[in-house]
Amino acid sequence: MTLTITWFLFLAAGLFSIGLAGVLIRRNALVMFMSIELMLNAANLTFVAVSKELGLIEGQVTALFVMVVAATEVTIGLAIIVAVFRTRSSANVDELAELKG
Amino acid sequence: MAEMIVFIIFAAVALIGAISMVAASNPVYSVIGLLATMFAIAVLYLMLDAHFVAAIQVIIYAGAVMTLFLFVIMLIGVDTSDVYGAQTLRQRVMTGIVALTFFASIALAGRTVWITGSDAFGKPNLNGTAEAVAGELFGTWTIVFLSTVMLLTIAAVGTIALAYFPQDGTQDEVPR
Repeated sequence: MTLTITWFLFLAAGLFSIGLAGVLIRRNALVMFMSIELMLNAANLTFVAVSKELGLIEGQVTALFVMVVAATEVTIGLAIIVAVFRTRSSANVDELAELKG
Repeated sequence: MAEMIVFIIFAAVALIGAISMVAASNPVYSVIGLLATMFAIAVLYLMLDAHFVAAIQVIIYAGAVMTLFLFVIMLIGVDTSDVYGAQTLRQRVMTGIVALTFFASIALAGRTVWITGSDAFGKPNLNGTAEAVAGELFGTWTIVFLSTVMLLTIAAVGTIALAYFPQDGTQDEVPR
């Protein structure tokens, strides 16, 4: 059994599904953020795998841009979580129901 | 065959890390699980000839992002009240169904496209060194790259604004 790109794509799909389940089932905002990071990583793996399949470098460049966006999102998201925790003393998203800091 | 063995080992590490990230009740264990996944994905990038992206994956994700997560967890305290008690059995079952349906949908949609039968590992036509990536990044995608600079600047300014100008009466707690 030889290793083809298909294996990588199915692994990326599995990782994305696990991240989706994490976002749906967890209440802790930090763990939900980590699940989003996992989904971004799965998309990155798809980009790089298809880049290898097609012999194009653009997929890796796109993966770098996705990493930049992910880093930005983590920075802002964690700042929001800390700001929310200051007023609520909780990182549980179920307790945030009034759309007001 | 050796590639297959390496792939199976690190794919298993990635999947186990991801599942333990979702299932762990302690957020610190979630960070460790995601860290294992990040490293395994970096090894998979190496197998796909994306050397520079693999290095960036280890430096940015495993180094910076997960450390930032750990900092924030330690800052706001380890909250273990999530998994046990917050969810009903129905929510878990529904989540499992949604995730499995999603995976099956992706697999079915990509079945005809992905399984090409081509052995891309036989032809080393791609070499993702820093030089190759930078040539594309600073050649074709210069404008996009510069706009990411603006994006990062805006993110930094927004983070400082969130940290230093709270909207309620807690100004006295903020160091000036």
